[in-house]
Amino acid sequence: MTLATFVAAVLFAGVLAYAIFGGADFGTGFWDLVAGNNERGGPQRTLIDQSLGPVWEANHVWLVFVLVFLWTGFPRAFAAISTTLVLPLAGAALGIVARGSGFALRKFSETLPTARFFGAMFALSSIVTPFFFGTVVGAIASGRVDADGTSDRWTSWTGPVSILGGVLAVLTCAYLAGVFLAADAQRTEQLALAEHLRRRVSVVGIVTGAVVLGGAIVLRSGASGIYQRLSGRGVVFVVLSGAAGVMSLGLLVRRRYRLARIATTLAAGSVVAGWGFAQYPYVLFGQVTIDNAAGARSVLIGLTVVAVLLLVIVIPSLAWLFRLVNQHEGPRSPVVLGGAQKVDDG
Amino acid sequence: MIFADVPPGLAPAREQMALSLGWHIVIACFGVAFPAMIWVVHRHGIRNDDPVALGLAKRWSKVAAVLFALGAVSGTVLSFEMGLMWPGLMGRFGDVLGLPFAVEGLAFFVEAIFLGIYLFGWGRLPARTHLRSLLPVAAAGVVGAYSVVAVNAWMNNPTGFTLDSAGNVTNVRPMRVLFNRMAVLQFAHMWVGAFMLVGFVVASVYAVGIRRGRSDTHHRLGFIVPFAFASVAAIAQPFIGHVTGSRLAKDQPSKLAAIELAPTSRANAPLLIGGVLVDGNVRFGIDIPRLGSVVATNSLHGTVPGIDGDAPADRPNANVVHLAFQTMVGLGTALAAFGMSFLVRWRRDRDLFGRWAMRGAVAAGPAAVVALEAGWITSEVGRQPWIVFRILRVRDAASTASGLWWSFAAMTIVYGAMTFFGIQVLRSMARRWREGSSIDLPTPYGPRDPQRSDNVTARVKVKP
Repeated sequence: MTLATFVAAVLFAGVLAYAIFGGADFGTGFWDLVAGNNERGGPQRTLIDQSLGPVWEANHVWLVFVLVFLWTGFPRAFAAISTTLVLPLAGAALGIVARGSGFALRKFSETLPTARFFGAMFALSSIVTPFFFGTVVGAIASGRVDADGTSDRWTSWTGPVSILGGVLAVLTCAYLAGVFLAADAQRTEQLALAEHLRRRVSVVGIVTGAVVLGGAIVLRSGASGIYQRLSGRGVVFVVLSGAAGVMSLGLLVRRRYRLARIATTLAAGSVVAGWGFAQYPYVLFGQVTIDNAAGARSVLIGLTVVAVLLLVIVIPSLAWLFRLVNQHEGPRSPVVLGGAQKVDDG
Repeated sequence: MIFADVPPGLAPAREQMALSLGWHIVIACFGVAFPAMIWVVHRHGIRNDDPVALGLAKRWSKVAAVLFALGAVSGTVLSFEMGLMWPGLMGRFGDVLGLPFAVEGLAFFVEAIFLGIYLFGWGRLPARTHLRSLLPVAAAGVVGAYSVVAVNAWMNNPTGFTLDSAGNVTNVRPMRVLFNRMAVLQFAHMWVGAFMLVGFVVASVYAVGIRRGRSDTHHRLGFIVPFAFASVAAIAQPFIGHVTGSRLAKDQPSKLAAIELAPTSRANAPLLIGGVLVDGNVRFGIDIPRLGSVVATNSLHGTVPGIDGDAPADRPNANVVHLAFQTMVGLGTALAAFGMSFLVRWRRDRDLFGRWAMRGAVAAGPAAVVALEAGWITSEVGRQPWIVFRILRVRDAASTASGLWWSFAAMTIVYGAMTFFGIQVLRSMARRWREGSSIDLPTPYGPRDPQRSDNVTARVKVKP
């Protein structure tokens, strides 16, 4: 394995982490949007608020990590991506601003109408942003981003694979978040809310599964390179994702939310990992390989050091945060999104 | 200036970068300096079992939650913009300037995680552990600010790489970039500036309250702690600024010439107060003999470079740089004097909350913001037309996309809204605190108590 490949693997681990942590984070916006009117939706929105509160900022640093590793490790590919895909990326950037500020400001809103306004801002941008990220992935995977960044600024990310990517991203986020929220509701003994979520999350899960299956047809015509890899050795990821997806649905139906979180994470993670596997050794599929795009060797060594520091400093801290949030008021549970607590005033 | 070969993305990219960076620099200061102030108040509260101090620290941590959220999203936007606006910089120098950003990413992680722990920890963590969880936030603010400023310092003094005859970047030495010789000075200037800004701004909020007759312990503590931080910083800042600026004569003569508004290079240069450059001549200014040389070179006879030292296409807009610099120094000096008088009165146990002192303190907050922005404009506009000084022009780095005006328009609206709503929400939090009501809505999104009103969430106990 070359140094560049190693850095690319670290970068991809960041993508994976962002897809899971950031994805579950984004997905809560979907559940916020469909929670119902002020009165009926109150408990669900409160749960979202409390689950997300302590962890959302940390979940989104993964994105910064990915961007920085991309431009530092593979500057030319980064320039090509950001030049070609300027529109969806600008859309995602705007979405991130609207989402983060909407979420933070809603919490301290004075009146219900203001809270609703910021809530809508948070919820809608939580759906739009992953859609844009999905189109970016689709554009790269279908080989529509040329090495010199001269591809068309519209057609590069509006092809069938990009749309599939966008839709799939939104659905996966919603499914991940739904399972986590159901688990949080159960843990904080809001059983009726957990039940309410369970039915809806299952529907989202089935739709997501159907889109993944149907997506194979889109991939076959739109990203044949990726399709070939995934129907060859990459079939492992497809099988893993399918099995974990079915298992997560089964666990959800049986109200085993905590286990369902693991299965859902595995299912979503396998989809992303499958893309990564199928794309290797390309950074921009069919255009630029990892070794061709790599930056200076000395800088790759620097990034390796940063990756080690990340492992030593950030990961344990992150684990502490999640454990703290999850252990408080409720049974122990080993995962991710955070727990619902009573927010004290003052 | 309009060039025929200017890419269509240049003007909007520049405006958008100026807007988003100029906005972020203010909010980021809170990430750098506010944790230290919260820590002092919180620690005071724990040590003396002082409910007023603890209450203040708790309120500040909620304010920090809002400000840090806005800082986090505006900072994330910047990392997008690096690529969207400046592909010509990132494609060519992305790896050269990347390591400091990677370190900044680490710092951002630590900051976000421990801020989450600190905010969550109220009433949940043991007191000492809770207080200690603030320290990584403060440390991350320092490391993060250093890394980002190191990149800016590198843009002013490019180093750590070699250009071959074809203009390709070779022999990259990232540690040279991370620890370039201007980084420490520029960082010190920025770091101390952050304490000035946050200290004066936070203190001015409490000064307003005191002027309106709310001169209780809560307001006094909320005033004294940040104002003391800001005063010390304001007194140190002129010295740091001077040392930082005295590197310019050698490193960036074009910036220094614009700062001094000196049309031609000369020894025994005077210091110009006010003045504008019209058709190459300085008008309406006051000269103080020799002081220009002293300030720029630490010598009565030193030579100060002139604007004519560079070809017309390589000069920054001298009037903007000069005005911005004088604004920064003028306000900075006034703030230093004000801070000094505060510290003297404090030592002598005089009344700190007199009418005029409070009037001045109210004005000091906005003044510190203006001074910081002016300093930033001096540095950035003074580097023009280069994005990497004397290596890469801004227009060669800018995006070739034609639709960036739309992006700029959208960003202007979004940042305007963020400013408006951010201030609105903070003010309403303050009002509710004053009225003694809880700042969380009874149930955040429903008008009634969820335990009674909702038909979805019956709070049922789990069966064992």
